[in-house]
Amino acid sequence: MIYLDHNATTPLHPRALAAMEPFLRECWGNPSSPYRFGSEARAAVELARARIAGAIGSEPAEILFCASGTEADNLAVRGVACALRSCGKHLVTSAIEHQAVWNTCRALEAEGHRVTYLPVSPDGVVDLEALEASLGAETVLVTIMHASNETGVVQPVEEIAAIARRRGILFHTDAVQTAGKLPVQLAALGADLVSFSGHKLYGPKGVAALYVRAGTPLVPVMTGGTQERGLRAGTENVAAIVGFAEAAAVAFAEAAAEGRRLAALRDRFEAEVVAAVAGVRISGARAPRVPNTSSLSFAGADGESIVLGLDLAGICVSTGSACSTGDAAPSHVLLAMGLSAHEAQGSIRVSLGRDTRQADIDATVRALAETVARLRHISSVRGETG
Amino acid sequence: MANESDPDAGSLEGMPGPVLFYNDVVLDHFLNPRNVGELSAMEADGYGLVGDPLCGDQMKLWIAVREGRIARIAFKSFGCPGAIATSSMLTALAEGKTITEARNITDDDVVAALGGIPEKKKHCSLLGVRALQAAIDDWERRRHASAEPR
Repeated sequence: MIYLDHNATTPLHPRALAAMEPFLRECWGNPSSPYRFGSEARAAVELARARIAGAIGSEPAEILFCASGTEADNLAVRGVACALRSCGKHLVTSAIEHQAVWNTCRALEAEGHRVTYLPVSPDGVVDLEALEASLGAETVLVTIMHASNETGVVQPVEEIAAIARRRGILFHTDAVQTAGKLPVQLAALGADLVSFSGHKLYGPKGVAALYVRAGTPLVPVMTGGTQERGLRAGTENVAAIVGFAEAAAVAFAEAAAEGRRLAALRDRFEAEVVAAVAGVRISGARAPRVPNTSSLSFAGADGESIVLGLDLAGICVSTGSACSTGDAAPSHVLLAMGLSAHEAQGSIRVSLGRDTRQADIDATVRALAETVARLRHISSVRGETG
Repeated sequence: MANESDPDAGSLEGMPGPVLFYNDVVLDHFLNPRNVGELSAMEADGYGLVGDPLCGDQMKLWIAVREGRIARIAFKSFGCPGAIATSSMLTALAEGKTITEARNITDDDVVAALGGIPEKKKHCSLLGVRALQAAIDDWERRRHASAEPR
């Protein structure tokens, strides 16, 4: 199997697995328990917190653990919106957010908040003039992702953070697709809240973190115990937190070198596809992107059919984001970038990872060319021949 | 690990969510669709073009009718694996049938002939049925418009 869907999830790093094992076997105590057996688990959680803080350049107390990137996004967006309800009920986000932010904003709209969905350029970059124009006295939060899970396009979050800060408005960024991929200190971006997840950076599933700058107003979205300074109730997933910290330490340390390797592979992949298949459009190619991601549209061929064709050849890629697979609707991200419905329908996402080698890329290009040619032969919609 | 004492273990049948599984018959029709192509204006007695506005799938279908039977049928489809496989099976079912028999082919017939398709893909099977109906309608229009009966 050739796995090229690392934006959906990544394999567990052997070092993360090794770090987790003691906490699944021997040290299974509850970190909140009042005896030494619990304290060992507590110490492991706090060490992990310090390591993650070190990896992103924050204070340990600014890291909250929770169960998923989606939960971190919910806590950030809903937690700030609810904390500042008396100050204003306007949120600003973008048209290309992940469902975790998008649907949280939609839910808040239904509860009486007003939300602005900023447009993006044809390259998939949020329009900063539209951002400036959208901000008002009622605006309490700007939430814009660091990089798109579908196209990999990196948003100008430092500039967005500066704009928000000048107006005294809080800024959250979903960095699930950049954490461990870009050699940047997430806490230095200028955002007040940053979400990132374990299983996207070779850690385990079921764990994520929310960076919350000291002093940021936030209320919990779940009621329960006082774990995570009262902001995230529920017994800590100790083994997963430990594995997350180990994986994050590796990923952030290797981000620069691995990023260069992946960018070279990805660029070569795209060049080979363009040479082998006519009628290809690469979304966001002219914008800064995370180094592992490629979003390709093939005229006259359907994305789901391409994915199945490659699957039958032993290659895992995705249409858009994994969450929308099986939906009839074409990607809202690609439509926001101005692709036609047919172009969006003909799109796949290829995302490389630490095990990807040149031979995998070459085999994928061959299978892709064959699959697209076959589908175009069947297709009633005009694509390119050849 | 599937556990034989638990009838639900290891089965994804009826699972909610986006997981899509296609059986071998569907995969065969996806990989080797029957009757792909076009009939020329000289060859075709009826033509149908239908689109599914929900998902953007599209199908073109041509028929040649001899002595009240579908002598030749050809199609082209743009769409998901479900659309391709059901289009292919529809043409396989219709080939050689009388016009009346062909008219009576339903989306359920297509799904049954494929041995089932994922719930989310059932609407795809309407695409071929509607394209065939449109081609037969076209054939009937041409027949009535024509001075000479075929």
